[in-house]
Amino acid sequence: MFDVDLIRKDFPVLSRELPGGRSLVYLDSGNSSQKPNQVIDTMRDHLAHHYSNVGRAHHTLGAESTAAYEDARDVIAAFVGAPSRDEIVFTKNASEALNLVAYAFGNPIATDERFRVGPGDEIVISEMEHHSNIVPWQFLAQRTGATLRWFKVTDEGRLDLGDLDDLVNERTKIVSIVHQSNVLGTVNSVSPILARAREVGALMMLDASQSVPHMPVDVTELGVDFVAFTGHKMVGPSGIGVLWGRRELLDAMPPFLGGGEMIEAVWMDRSTYAPVPHKFEAGTPPIVEAIGLGAAVNYLTGIGMADVKAHEKALTGYALDALGEIPGLKVIGPRTNIARGGTISFTLKNLSGDDIHPHDVGQILDDAFGIAVRVGHHCARPLHLRFGIPATTRASLYLYNTTDEIDALARGLHHVQKVFG
Amino acid sequence: MIAESMYQELILEHYKHPQGRGLRDPFDAEVHHVNPTCGDEITLRVKVDEGKVLDVSYEGQGCSISQAAASVLHELATGSTVEESLGVVDEFTRLMQGRGQVEADEDVLGDAVAFAGVAKYPARVKCALLSWMAYKDAVVRSA
Repeated sequence: MFDVDLIRKDFPVLSRELPGGRSLVYLDSGNSSQKPNQVIDTMRDHLAHHYSNVGRAHHTLGAESTAAYEDARDVIAAFVGAPSRDEIVFTKNASEALNLVAYAFGNPIATDERFRVGPGDEIVISEMEHHSNIVPWQFLAQRTGATLRWFKVTDEGRLDLGDLDDLVNERTKIVSIVHQSNVLGTVNSVSPILARAREVGALMMLDASQSVPHMPVDVTELGVDFVAFTGHKMVGPSGIGVLWGRRELLDAMPPFLGGGEMIEAVWMDRSTYAPVPHKFEAGTPPIVEAIGLGAAVNYLTGIGMADVKAHEKALTGYALDALGEIPGLKVIGPRTNIARGGTISFTLKNLSGDDIHPHDVGQILDDAFGIAVRVGHHCARPLHLRFGIPATTRASLYLYNTTDEIDALARGLHHVQKVFG
Repeated sequence: MIAESMYQELILEHYKHPQGRGLRDPFDAEVHHVNPTCGDEITLRVKVDEGKVLDVSYEGQGCSISQAAASVLHELATGSTVEESLGVVDEFTRLMQGRGQVEADEDVLGDAVAFAGVAKYPARVKCALLSWMAYKDAVVRSA
């Protein structure tokens, strides 16, 4: 039974007091989520009693650390429905996972035709991407002479699939789009794009940084080729991310970073590489962070992702209604609570109709009411350009948020309008 | 109510009624500065004659702090000498980068002293400095 009051007790920070006696209203989980005791304690226990290097330390502590690190991989594989634990590659974040895949293309070491890219080839992304799913593909295009193309976004904040058949064509090598937008909240429908990608023989990647923390995600059901997500947005620590990829593709890809533990054998002039996933985990990995992410996944599984999703859907509906009643507030993204998550970005005018800059909105919310939101372009500048605005204020909800907190936000926004009236 | 101490009445007044806003001719130099973390931007022109600042004109978008800072800059710099105004820019920069630990020299800063509270908010310091850095740049280019 989902009980938000009980859940809140697991997160120590939620009951702290901010300077000036303000209580904390944390509406910035899309930026980074808070951590429950279960994660904090697991990491602390590991550091205190078990810590050593993984893979290469042949003693009791090494064995315990390795077991805990590899157990985390099992837990995460099960969480996202990966057919094999070896398909879970630990990275430092979702950006690294996206870069890892982008660098597999157009790499002379890559012999597989699917990863050969040159002039005339095309890469497809969308206008609603986070910079981490734009810039690595710009690099790829610049490196290889390939052409970068993108889906446009409709006024309502949905992907415009009107030119799907033109955008994704026989020249397309990969389509990489966001599963849930970090600005609009939009949850993109994967199947029509995937069907077209399959038709033309292109690969498909999903940036699932904002979906895996908030809803049940099964990579096998999705049917795509690669999925990236990150630990710190799903009640886990920062410094750990995940790339899931089909085994057969990961095997065909060249290594990304070279270094310790990613090798099979090394000579002075050449090397052979370890099997996946270790081929992609050069150097000492973020050990305790991976174990912490395993604990985070256990925590979320214990609550149930379907319940997390249902709680957030109810909250999102409540928030869309509450914000919709504020004159001068415009939601950037779907206003209907369908195929969208609990990320709500908006612009705000005062009662005379002048824009109030998101920096000013966020500052008053924080300093007067202890409400943490994110302000700015949220690492999605092209999307803001598309809507003709420099920045938005973003409230992003998670399993520990309440309707009281949304009421506080609405009150805070009315106050902001008075200050800048 | 910590924030409202940052949003001094004078800052809000300049924000709501910006002084000298709009780009004007003639000018000796024009610069365009942006704050990449928030997208605030300003285009600023200066007209200088024999070491005297005849006009500072500007157009931009941004938060109340960045807009009010440009307005205050216009008031302080216009009509003063280049040398005096650069002294004010230095003092303002020192105040903004002082993390709230620096005592402002009100004799030098005039109305700009109202921004003292901003120095405690590292994320907002760049907003306050945007137009002032643009001005410094423009003056150098006008020489």
